Amino acid sequence: MKRVIETKAVSGQSPNYLLAKFQDLVDWAVNSSRANSLWPMPFGTACCAIEFMATAASRYDFARFGMERQAFSPRQADVLICAGRLPFKLAPVIRRIYDQMPQPKWVISMGACASTGGIFDNYAMVQGIDTIVPVDVYVPGCPPRPEGLLYGVLLLHKKIKGESLFDRVPRRAEQPLDERGLRLPPEQIDEISEPFGNSVHQFRSA
Amino acid sequence: MNPTVDALRATFGNAIGRGLESCGDTIVYVARESLLDAMTWLRDTPQQGYDYLVDVTAVEYRDRERPLELVYQLRSLPRGAELRVKVELDPRGDLTVDSIVPLWRGADWLERETFDMFGVTFRGHPDLRRILMWETYAEGYPLRKDFPLRGRFSRAEQVRQALAANPADMRERLRRGERGKLPHSE
Repeated sequence: MKRVIETKAVSGQSPNYLLAKFQDLVDWAVNSSRANSLWPMPFGTACCAIEFMATAASRYDFARFGMERQAFSPRQADVLICAGRLPFKLAPVIRRIYDQMPQPKWVISMGACASTGGIFDNYAMVQGIDTIVPVDVYVPGCPPRPEGLLYGVLLLHKKIKGESLFDRVPRRAEQPLDERGLRLPPEQIDEISEPFGNSVHQFRSA
Repeated sequence: MNPTVDALRATFGNAIGRGLESCGDTIVYVARESLLDAMTWLRDTPQQGYDYLVDVTAVEYRDRERPLELVYQLRSLPRGAELRVKVELDPRGDLTVDSIVPLWRGADWLERETFDMFGVTFRGHPDLRRILMWETYAEGYPLRKDFPLRGRFSRAEQVRQALAANPADMRERLRRGERGKLPHSE
């Protein structure tokens, strides 16, 4: 009886209704598979990497969230976790690692330094890895506690589960560097690299 | 005061500047021209025997009138004696000294770091390239007092140059032989 009623309800909708339901089902299956088996590529450069290791170890254990296998090769990785500050000398390195990762791929910027340059507002440090690679989740903290990173991972799960294979946005296209060799327009890089916080009294011309 | 200072002065005369004691360490100033001779003498004279080079670095003081100092920390492993040798250079003048890599191979990277950070040129160094910053780094010498904290270029330009300085290309340059020759390699 119930079944009949449902069929009636369906037939009353637009012809795309069944297709949309089917697409939802496919999205749910694909996104759940992706979100629940993320393979992280750890790019640990500083104290955040210690917290990352704590997150991976038995007490916090992000294998509970499907990150069982850490991929120390970018070619078998889904998530690039930049844990720690990124000096300019490592900028081409992380860019190449990101380019080598297969789609779909995501990036977690772990800690204040990876997200903004942190206290290192100096000549040697990238002021946020989003000037080099696109970032999906920023985890604040100096360094973030393992709970913080886990929360970031769960946010990434949520983000992945909100994606759809069927919208027309070319979300999963590779974004190579432009002809200037930059990911963003120079004005934008300058803007997001502006001094802030306790470094506002220092100027480039000083 | 370490007796080596008097022995140095007896041997090299006016080339040895003042000697002083600071926090239990003996510091002796040597003229730039006599550095290599003095170091050779310190290493090879049996009574001195400073066979271990602990560190090479440099200091530039905030006081613009003070010279830039090159610092060599020596240690005699058999005698357990320490000696700090300093060379004064004019930060606005010629920053060239003799390399001591022929005496201590360990000075190789230490002198490269001093070159990278302060712009001191070591005459006779086998492979004087930048070591901390990448090799095509063009903003200057970061630990000099006239170097702005955030560097000279805009952030976008810094990102662009850093991304262009790909380590794989550097390796290719090394493979092509764009590198100095090591001592004793022939």
